Amino acid sequence: MSNLATSFLQLDRLTLAYADQVAVESLNLNVAEGELLALLGPSGCGKTTTMRAIAGLLSPKSGRISLGGEDITHKSANTREVGLVFQSYALFPHLSVFENIAFGLRLRRVSGGELKRRVNEAVEMVGLQGFERRLPRELSGGQQQRVALARSVAVRPRLLLLDEPLSNLDARLRLEMRSELQRLQRELGVTMLYVTHDQVEALALAHRVVVMNVGKIAQQGTPADIYERPTSAFVAQFVGFENLFRVTPKGLAGDKGCLPLGHLPAGAPPTASHALAWRPRHVMLGQGGFEGRVLGVSYLGESVEYLIECAAGTVKAQTPTHAPRFAMQTAVQFDLPLADAVHLQSD
Amino acid sequence: MLAAIFIFLLGPFLLIAAAGLSAGETLAFPPQGLSLRWFEAVFAMDNFRASFILSMQLAVGSTLLALLLGVPAAYGLSRYPVPGREWLRTIVFTPVIVPGIIVGLALLRHAVIPLDMSVTVALFLAHTVLVVPYAVRVVTASLENLRPDVEEAAVMLGATRLGTFFRVVMPNIMNGILAAFILGFVTSFNQVPVSLFLTGPGITTLPIDMLASMEYVYDPSIAALSALMALMSMVIVLVAERVLGLSRYV
Repeated sequence: MSNLATSFLQLDRLTLAYADQVAVESLNLNVAEGELLALLGPSGCGKTTTMRAIAGLLSPKSGRISLGGEDITHKSANTREVGLVFQSYALFPHLSVFENIAFGLRLRRVSGGELKRRVNEAVEMVGLQGFERRLPRELSGGQQQRVALARSVAVRPRLLLLDEPLSNLDARLRLEMRSELQRLQRELGVTMLYVTHDQVEALALAHRVVVMNVGKIAQQGTPADIYERPTSAFVAQFVGFENLFRVTPKGLAGDKGCLPLGHLPAGAPPTASHALAWRPRHVMLGQGGFEGRVLGVSYLGESVEYLIECAAGTVKAQTPTHAPRFAMQTAVQFDLPLADAVHLQSD
Repeated sequence: MLAAIFIFLLGPFLLIAAAGLSAGETLAFPPQGLSLRWFEAVFAMDNFRASFILSMQLAVGSTLLALLLGVPAAYGLSRYPVPGREWLRTIVFTPVIVPGIIVGLALLRHAVIPLDMSVTVALFLAHTVLVVPYAVRVVTASLENLRPDVEEAAVMLGATRLGTFFRVVMPNIMNGILAAFILGFVTSFNQVPVSLFLTGPGITTLPIDMLASMEYVYDPSIAALSALMALMSMVIVLVAERVLGLSRYV
């Protein structure tokens, strides 16, 4: 999927900077035609900067951007035929829903019946029939988001960029819009690049996820690759392997100290690994070779989350609600099953 | 306290209005009897007509020119990382901060006399200089309410930067531009200290003409005219506040 022959959007050693502050360094990225790719990372990782460069709103310091085989590095934003859905929707406040959607079409000299037909098509696609004459301020957040989407797809862009499009919506609407986006992408077959800091969103939506950290790609792969097989400590912690220990000759090193290796059930872990990490639900409470004390208990409905203080520092554990409970400040034994650990090769 | 402030602010206007309502022959307070005869007299006086027309032309013309300069300046200063942006903003405001007497004298000595400008041109340019700060300030305030990503959205849909300005920015700052026009108009129309240095024989603005008349006209017509001018400014600003919410911009 990422070889040159099939790549539709191609970033080649792209370096981006604000003034002298380098935000993205020598980034290579390929996106296939029709692919929905998520750029995932914490704020400040360079994902939005990358997206703005693809849009043409930021000129790269060096490197090349090509789209459909054409070098667009120095092409102006308004001629790239790239759509952008903003986090804040950025609707034109003085124009009705109809005119917002018609804006790009009018610039392309579409008029009369053809204009009406194409605006209505876009309105129907996002289910906003009957709202055509409203102003943006008369719409809810979810409706505004739909207008922003319709406005971008009405001009049939070659590539659609989405910048945290769901982050201003409440949880229920976010779910609804997420499946709406998937449906739109399926129906239109448009190549989408989706920028988000929310791993759940990225995993649920994308065909392929690219995790970014401090201006570089930390890992890329299918959602399952990223979620189940992170290769670095950064990605592991980002996708929920919150209990992370470096492998040292003395044992598993945490913030405060070490857990002796000999206590691990299946013998010593492969010392070739740089670090091992476990999700909270993988930590076995009530038995095992490690000793700790309960520092915190949170009831989460489906499960109970414990903070356990041990020789290495704090371990987070999650047990099903029906499992035996542990009270605050009690001593507890626990185990870190090697079978569930993810083996990491770098920070 | 509030009452005291109102008396302080409105008192002079009420005194002048009352003096203008006098039935007597000389300017005095308290007025000698009440009548509207001096208000009627104002409209019959020919000598103020020329200066009134000039003042109107100056106010409209210099405000329009100030907006032509001020709108792009405000846009540039609020949207582009101009080096020394804060300094530029301060410099744009100097005509408001520096006393009018000094602005007037400086313009006279260093621009009007050396360049041999006609009185009308000098007045027109001076009023423009005085109105530009208001135009920049009010338009800047209304630009702050328009998110820059709305403009980027237009560009992404295919609009040029210039097209975006006319299709997206202008319609959204129109209220600010109208508010700036009204403030500029009132500022120019009521201007005294700068105009004082620049008016010439036979060519003068209404406030300066009135000031001059005070020296030889002793009847209450000046008071009546002052009251009318003050009333006009107040009505304009009140209407602007009601319709545009003028106080949001200044």
